[in-house]
Amino acid sequence: MEMPTPDASILARKSRIVERLTGVLPKTAVIHDETETRAYECDALTAYKCPPLAVVLPASTEEVAAVLKICFEEGVPVVPRGSGTSLAGGALPTADSVILGVARLNQVLETDYDNRIIRVQTGRTNLSVTGAVEAEDFFYAPDPSSQLACAIAGNIAMNSGGAHCLKYGVTTNNLLGVTMVSMEGDVMEIGGAHLDSGGYDLLGLICGSEGQLGVVTEATLRILRKPEGARPVLIGFDSNEVAGACVSDIIKAGVLPVAIEFMDRPILEITEKHAKAGYPDCEALLIVEVEGSPEEIDAQLGLIKQIARSHNPVELREAETAEEAGRIWLGRKSAFGAVGQVADYMCLDGTIPVSELPRVLKGIEEISAKYGLKVGNVFHAGDGNMHPLIMFDANKPGDLELCEQCGADILRLCVEVGGCLTGEHGVGVEKRDLMGAQFTEADMEAQMKVKDVFDPAWLLNPAKVFPLETSRARRERDVAA
Amino acid sequence: MLSPASEAELSEVVAAASGPLRVVGGGTRSIGASDTGEVLSLSAMSGIELYEPGALTLVAKAGTPLAEVEDALAKEGQMLPFEPADMRALLGRDGVPTIGGVVAANAAGPRRMMAGACRDALIGVRFVDGAGTVLKNGGRVMKNVTGYDLVKLMAGSWGTLGVLSEVAFKVLPRLDGATLLVRGAEGADALEATVRGVTSPFEVSGAAVVPGEGTYLRIEGLETSVAYRIGKLTDLLRDLGEIEVTFDANASAAIWTRIRDVTDFTEAPGAVWRVSMKPTDMVDRFLPAIAEIGAFDHRLDWAGGLAWLRLEGDDASIVAAHHAVQAAVTENGGGHATLFRAPESVVRQVDVFQPEAPGVAALSQGLRAKFDPRGILNPGLMGGA
Repeated sequence: MEMPTPDASILARKSRIVERLTGVLPKTAVIHDETETRAYECDALTAYKCPPLAVVLPASTEEVAAVLKICFEEGVPVVPRGSGTSLAGGALPTADSVILGVARLNQVLETDYDNRIIRVQTGRTNLSVTGAVEAEDFFYAPDPSSQLACAIAGNIAMNSGGAHCLKYGVTTNNLLGVTMVSMEGDVMEIGGAHLDSGGYDLLGLICGSEGQLGVVTEATLRILRKPEGARPVLIGFDSNEVAGACVSDIIKAGVLPVAIEFMDRPILEITEKHAKAGYPDCEALLIVEVEGSPEEIDAQLGLIKQIARSHNPVELREAETAEEAGRIWLGRKSAFGAVGQVADYMCLDGTIPVSELPRVLKGIEEISAKYGLKVGNVFHAGDGNMHPLIMFDANKPGDLELCEQCGADILRLCVEVGGCLTGEHGVGVEKRDLMGAQFTEADMEAQMKVKDVFDPAWLLNPAKVFPLETSRARRERDVAA
Repeated sequence: MLSPASEAELSEVVAAASGPLRVVGGGTRSIGASDTGEVLSLSAMSGIELYEPGALTLVAKAGTPLAEVEDALAKEGQMLPFEPADMRALLGRDGVPTIGGVVAANAAGPRRMMAGACRDALIGVRFVDGAGTVLKNGGRVMKNVTGYDLVKLMAGSWGTLGVLSEVAFKVLPRLDGATLLVRGAEGADALEATVRGVTSPFEVSGAAVVPGEGTYLRIEGLETSVAYRIGKLTDLLRDLGEIEVTFDANASAAIWTRIRDVTDFTEAPGAVWRVSMKPTDMVDRFLPAIAEIGAFDHRLDWAGGLAWLRLEGDDASIVAAHHAVQAAVTENGGGHATLFRAPESVVRQVDVFQPEAPGVAALSQGLRAKFDPRGILNPGLMGGA
């Protein structure tokens, strides 16, 4: 994968830049030693690495503003970083960039149950937002798999989803306001504790912009009261098609489960060996979870089981106890780890219309055979957000490249059937060069015009989202001119 | 009047325009002055292009009548989650509300506080920018983070950044509802009732306050759920007033149509504002503050987060009240107030939209200059000159 050539004049000015940064931050908050910056050379997309020029760890909006002002004046690219859990290389540095890590911005600023909001600094982890309110029986709904580690800043940058967004929506639907610092170092409030915008929906634009429009330091999030209870049911089928049809019928029936998870045979086999969750031997497995009081759950699951039976499942298992519910979720929750035990893998997240599920699974099978790489599927079926895991051997020369080509073919297939390249992980560097499969040059031009407005010098999170060729003129233009 | 029949024609019409265009769907919810350019109507671009109930997805051309969309959804037991209002009676318009108009206004009714506004259900747009370029963003899938989210930007941009040609939605199952009224719960008691309702685990999907009547709460779901939850809420709220429950689904729906369409203000004269604020700011700070300005009539929705205000008076007093209302929003915690109904003579004198802070306004106007460099799309709206 190509990255822009580092700006030699910036590399030459390193000591001056570090000195200026040290002038506005505590000494420990500026990392510039080459052995220490290595800790920031990549995120969870570990195939690509590049240590940054320096790393700064500001602890307040004011410090972020001071850092950005200096970087703007020096013309230094800035790569914002949450917890570094991006699977798309969203926080991959360039050698001439400063990483702006939000890890020290981790305070809860306000909890307000009457208005159902919490205001936090964005370095706080996703799960710890729920942690801050669960004593009062509240929770923050978006729940990406990495929620133990991932930061709200990264969730906002990528508009993260999770297993429960069929019912509760993704980050953008649960975000009410942000404090954002522009590349020039100006602090602004966008949105607030009220609903919707009186002007343009800049909040909606910022969410999912992959840290390219500004650095979000504080966020007002919607919190919700926990449901009285939740219970999953496990349904096994002897074909992907039937499982797909069952998903569609459940949705059509008017029940809205909080989650519908799908696992195919390759994943089931690996997971079963690793986690021993006691899953049935079948081609496709669904986990459907509903919420409410025990009686409400009975009513909803009654309807779901009735629909499932009409599709002749090979197994239909309802959790009777919390322990059984845990076992139903165990395999699903261990799936990624289990695959990691047997192979290196790349996790894609293209989204497709739910109706195209059987066709796409078949297509993935063919692509998998063509490349000779095993592909397993475990994903959020209710919203069509696929997670094909392509298994490869990182030590085998050429295997990573083969895996990337295989992934690109799968994502092109997702777009072909009416879907998109990424449902919740973001484009980052990983899918940057595939953007042309989904968008015309004019579509991308329209998006880049947005960046022109927010970050005219194109310094924030460079070389992400747009194909390098497409963004070249903007990245290389001399703004001062 | 320009009335292109296809996206290609729309693109040509916009590219060829030599002066300002006033973009309208059915013209039933347009706000601001009415003579700001040649009318560009989307009504000839009509029709549902794709509807997959099993995927909860609907795609329609922008000029499709809202009723056609809602009927198609109802046949499959589904609905637009955000419950868009019919503003015809309130604003005194005839014409046919269109789905594109709903998007341009980012419309949202009582269910907004639980299920989101139009912007939350909108998953894809096609539009023509001010230079006549055909663009798309989002798509027809409900999770999509590919590139920047211009879908959200288009929702609520009132046709000033581009002319919508096609819109795609995530829809939801339609469930019957029942309504609980806490008779007499007003002011602080109303806030207490809505807070108890929306912070309960019972998924209250509507929470409105009508002065003189009390606080209304709505539950929607499977029959067993509705009965159970109404029972639980009754226990939770009975100390705040006499509880009256409407279990009949049609009667319950009628209550929420009245709140959604602000029917109470239809026959009553005067200017009407729509205000969005944090609920406690609205009730504890803003409403007392504007009572000093004039004799406002009000209705509350969104658990106190949305107020519809009505004030009678001559042009000069409405203009003064408008500035005072917007200032009171800013001074009492922030949010936005939009002047929805007022005589043309008033609208010409004011910006009906809440002014933005300077830094934010600069971004907004920067975006507008990029998407409509000639400044021909709905000039006069959204802070435009």
